[in-house]
Parts: sequence; structure tokens; C-alpha cells
Amino acid sequence: MATSQWWASESFWRKTAIWVTGGSFVALMFLTMDTIPQISTGSKRVPAYSVINYRISYKFDETRHVQVPVIGAKEPLFGKELNEEEAEALVKLGKLTTQSKNCMNCHTLLGNGAYYAPDLTKSWLDQYWGTKEVREVQMLEFIKDPSDKVHNSMGRRMPKLEITDEEARGVVAFLKWMSSIDTNGFPYNFKSIEQEN
Amino acid sequence: MATLGMLDSANLNGGQKLAVKYFTVAIMLFGAQVLFGLLSGLQYLYPDFLYGVLDFSVNRMVHINALVVWLLYGFLGSVYWLLEEESQHEVVGLKLGNLIYWVLTAAVTVVVLVYLFVQIGPGKESSIWLINEGREYIEAPRWADIGIVVSVLVVFYNVAATFSKGRYTGIAGVLVLDMLALFGIYLAGMFYTTNISIDQYWWWWVIHLWVEATWEVMVACIMAYGLMKVLGVSRKIVETWLYIEVALMFGSGILGLGHHYFWIGTPEYWFSIGGFFSALEPIPLVAMVVHAVFDAGARHAKNSNHPAMAWLIAHAFGNFFGAGVWGFMHTLPQINLYTHGTQWSASHGHLAFFGAYATIIIAMFYLGIQRWRGGTWMSGDLPSNGWKWKWALGLLNLGMVGMTVAMLVSGYVQSQIERAIEGSSWMGYFAAQIHPWFVQGMWWREVFGVMFLVGFILLVWDLLTIGKGESRAMVSAEAG
Repeated sequence: MATSQWWASESFWRKTAIWVTGGSFVALMFLTMDTIPQISTGSKRVPAYSVINYRISYKFDETRHVQVPVIGAKEPLFGKELNEEEAEALVKLGKLTTQSKNCMNCHTLLGNGAYYAPDLTKSWLDQYWGTKEVREVQMLEFIKDPSDKVHNSMGRRMPKLEITDEEARGVVAFLKWMSSIDTNGFPYNFKSIEQEN
Repeated sequence: MATLGMLDSANLNGGQKLAVKYFTVAIMLFGAQVLFGLLSGLQYLYPDFLYGVLDFSVNRMVHINALVVWLLYGFLGSVYWLLEEESQHEVVGLKLGNLIYWVLTAAVTVVVLVYLFVQIGPGKESSIWLINEGREYIEAPRWADIGIVVSVLVVFYNVAATFSKGRYTGIAGVLVLDMLALFGIYLAGMFYTTNISIDQYWWWWVIHLWVEATWEVMVACIMAYGLMKVLGVSRKIVETWLYIEVALMFGSGILGLGHHYFWIGTPEYWFSIGGFFSALEPIPLVAMVVHAVFDAGARHAKNSNHPAMAWLIAHAFGNFFGAGVWGFMHTLPQINLYTHGTQWSASHGHLAFFGAYATIIIAMFYLGIQRWRGGTWMSGDLPSNGWKWKWALGLLNLGMVGMTVAMLVSGYVQSQIERAIEGSSWMGYFAAQIHPWFVQGMWWREVFGVMFLVGFILLVWDLLTIGKGESRAMVSAEAG
């Protein structure tokens, strides 16, 4: 047996394990330090919460060859313009609501979660809501009580989750803000609602 | 002193007495996992079933949380199981370890009861602290997070201190550092942020660096111990292999984290880093297959515990196919764009968790019951030809493979119809979900799920009865 070979020795592999692990972790730390500022709120990839004051579209980018969010004309959510603090408070309420109502164990958000209900990443832009004029009202009504709405032919219904009007507004704000995140083209080939005037 | 063929705690050392307690809860939670999995699977077929009482979200949460916790209990039990033998020293804080076991088990019980009966709360931070954090896999409310951290710190202290006072082997060195990393990483999931990109960035630290790094190294340690016990492989060989596996697992797995950073808002350089390193992740799993199969073959598969050996081999292959092949299939971003968030992920998740983790903990259950009954014979010529463990092994593995393939078929339908053709809209999602091929996949998943349940029942029955009244002592494997 070749156990006397250096490459088969215990000590060589112990040292290798330590150096490889340490090196990988250090690399991950540097990558994390580079990534976190790029995905912090208010960055190019993850816009500030006040983005809910504007129209958000999802358009094909010729250079990147994927769809990217485009922030357009002023179009305040629920017709009321919010300052940065107010916008953050509303989106925060929405995010907390999605967590405390356990949305992620039926839906996916940014593609992560469960697969029993549709992905929510670009749900603000989904053609399901009809026209952009009725979208906000439709979303509010739906979130507050979806249990009697037959919204697909599968027979699956979202349960009524005791979501208040204010929480529902928060959820809509959160979904609108989330649709503005640059997700490198996920979901692919998405067909967006008509938003041009 | 050993009372052969009878369950007698005098047959166990201190750490092992605590280990079997962890194993007992692990099996009960395994049962809960199977039950709630079947319930949520049934809701795909009959959406009105338990609607408004135990909704899919609740059943699915209990299904995956029972999974995480039973595997953790299995790991903690396995560590306590091997601790005194490996260190040749008594567990230093056994009383504290026992206390923490009860505290942790009480906490888990309360968390599950709240999941089942309270389910959801208002959109406030108090809900996250008291009811449910709403983040997949780590839904446990914050109070429980803190309890978990305190508990595992105690286990960590027990392990590190016992090894320090006794014999500090190669396995000990890897185990102590791995547990430190495993528990430390949990902290990355213990804060709230509104920014969902930042949220998911750290959330993946917990999920990925557990499942695809520290847990894999944990089972490599258990595998090393198991092969020494069951086959009598020499320490020098298993420890050298262990270092090779650690180098390959952490070398691919730590930066392989990047394959979760394709679509959550993170920069595009993660495509290359995540794609490249995660594509390497199957390599250590190949190494484990080679290692286990070669060692078994070199000893003509002569071993002291046939069920445990069979489950160790099931682990080697299950880990390779479930985590390795099924993960590799959709790890490159060019493919993942169409598969991410579909039944592909569920298919991979099932075979990976079962193949990599459930199998090896079941092997530990068999090692446990053998010693608990005084070190009874568990090689060939078992009463009734050992049909129970063989059928349990067959039904559990076949059931799991069946579920995995069924979900993969459904996943293909989603990739094609929902993603490629319909453009990922809600209507596209619905179009795929009602497609007969998708629905057939969901039916077969449920059928194979029932097969899995039958296998589970047989497994429990076998663990309760194997070696009962046996008068032959186990063959000694450790000399080899």
C-alpha cells in the first residue's frame, strides 16, 4: 500500500482541510462585504421603499438580455405620496404581515418558499389583476378575504388570514416594492400588466 | 454485566443513555414529518381537505420543521452516543446535558402546539417572537431560537470539554469545529429586516451552510465512527478519509452557497461563483461512496450489524444521488432559471434530506438498539430472516425514490408550461398545476408516500423488536 506517499497521509489531508475551509470562508467574507452594500435598501439593485410612489415596469434589457425593473413616472400607491419614513413603515408592516401569516409556506418569494401557490416576486405586475386602474382595489380585497374567490380551476383557495385593511395595504406596498428588485431576470419571460397610459 | 436480548440501560454508558432519549424523540418527530407530509400531499389532490382547519401552510410548516428538528435530535443523539467511547472519558456535564434535553424537548412541544393551534398572528414583531417567524425551515419563533442556542451551547460544551479531558481524536477535532460552525451559523438567521434581499442572503447562510456544509461534515464524522464500529475499519483510514471529505465538502460547499444567490437581488458574479462551486459539490459525495463501498468490499461485507451497514450504504448512495446528482441537475443558473421554485426543488429536497441524513441516523438507531439490548447478534441468520428490517429498508427507499421521480415529472411540466411557454405569470402557474401530467405526478407522490409510511411503521416495529430474546452476542468487528 502507498500509505507512505505524502498525498495519502493523514497530516497532509488534515492541513489541506484546514486551509481549504479557512480560505473558502475568507473568500465568502470578502464576497459578503462586497454584496451587502449592493443589495442594501436604496441601492441600484434594491431600491428605496419610496419607490412605491412610482410606476414600476419590468422590461427587456438589450444589453443584459433579461427583463429588468424600470422605475417610471410618479404613480403613488393608493394615490397618496409617502415620504421615505412613511413608505418604510408601510412596507415594514407588509413584510411583517407576510411573515406572521406564514405566506412562504404556500407561496414563493424571490423563488423561495413552498410551491402550493404562485410566486410573488413580480405579483404586483401580474396580468391577473386586470388593469392597473383596478389593481390596487383588487389586491386589497383579495388579500383581506380570498376564501370565497374561485381564482383558478384547481380548486385551491387561499384561506382567510384575518388580515386587517392596514395590513393588507402594507402587503400591497411590500409587493410593489419587491417587484422593483433587480432579480437578474427571474422570473424569466414574465408577461406584465399593461401600464402605459 | 451485559444483559443480552433485553432492553437494559445498564448496557449503555452515560452519554449513550442520553443519546437514546434523543433518538426516541427523533423517531417520534420522524413519524410526525411523514404524517404531515401525507396531509399536505393530499391537499394538492383534494384542496378542500382540512381547509380552514389545518391549511397547507400549517401542514407543510410542521412537515419541514419536524424534519429539521428530528435530524438535529438524531445528530445530537449520535454525538452523545459516540462521545464516551471516542474520548474514553465520561461526559463531563451529563446532568446538565439531561436537563437541557428536557428543556429543549419541552420547547419543541410548545412550538409545535403553537404552530397547530395558534398558527398565525398579526403583522407585528410580537408574532415573530411568539408564534412563527414565517421564514421557511427556521419558522421557530425567536424565543425558541434563543432556547435552541442556549441548548446547543450546552451540548457543545459537553462535547468539547469531554474530548479535552479525554482522548482528542481526529474525529473529535472535526466534530468540535463542525459543531461550533453549525451552531454559530444559526445566529445568522435570528434577526428581522424589511429588506427581503438582505433577509434571504443571511437566511441562506443558515439553510445552505447547514445542509450543504456543516451537516454533511457531521454525517461524515458519524460515517467514520460507524464504519469503525460495524466493519472494523482502522482509525487511520477513516480519519484520513474524513479529512479528504472535509476538504472537498467545505471547499465546494462554502462558496457553493452562491447557487442560492442567483435571483434574490444579489449581483451577477454569483452566477459564476455559485455555478462553479456548487457543481463541485457532488465530488465529496462520490468520495464517500467509494470509501464506504470499498471498505465493505475489502471485508467481504462481514459486519456486526447488518441493518446498520445496509443503512450506511443507503446513506452513501442516497447522499450521492439525492444531494449530488439531483442537486447538480439544476444548479447551473442557465437551468435554474426555469426550475427554481418548482417541484424540481421539492424532488431534490426529498431525496437529499432522506438520502444524506435520514438514512445515516437510522443506521445509528440500529447501532443504538443493538447496544441497548446488551450487544446482541445482528448479523445474518436473524429470526424470520430479518424480514422486518429488510422490508422497512426496501419500502422506505422505494417510497422515497418513487416520490422523488413523481415530483420531478411534475417539475418538468412546470418548467415547460409555467416558465418556458407561459412566461412565469400566475396564469402560467395555474396552467401547469392543472395539467394532467402535473396532477399525475402529485398522485404518484401520494401513493409512494403511503408506501413510505408503511416502511416507517415497519421500521419502528423492527426497532422495538429486533434482538429481543436473542441469546447470541454480536460478532466483534473492531479487531480488523
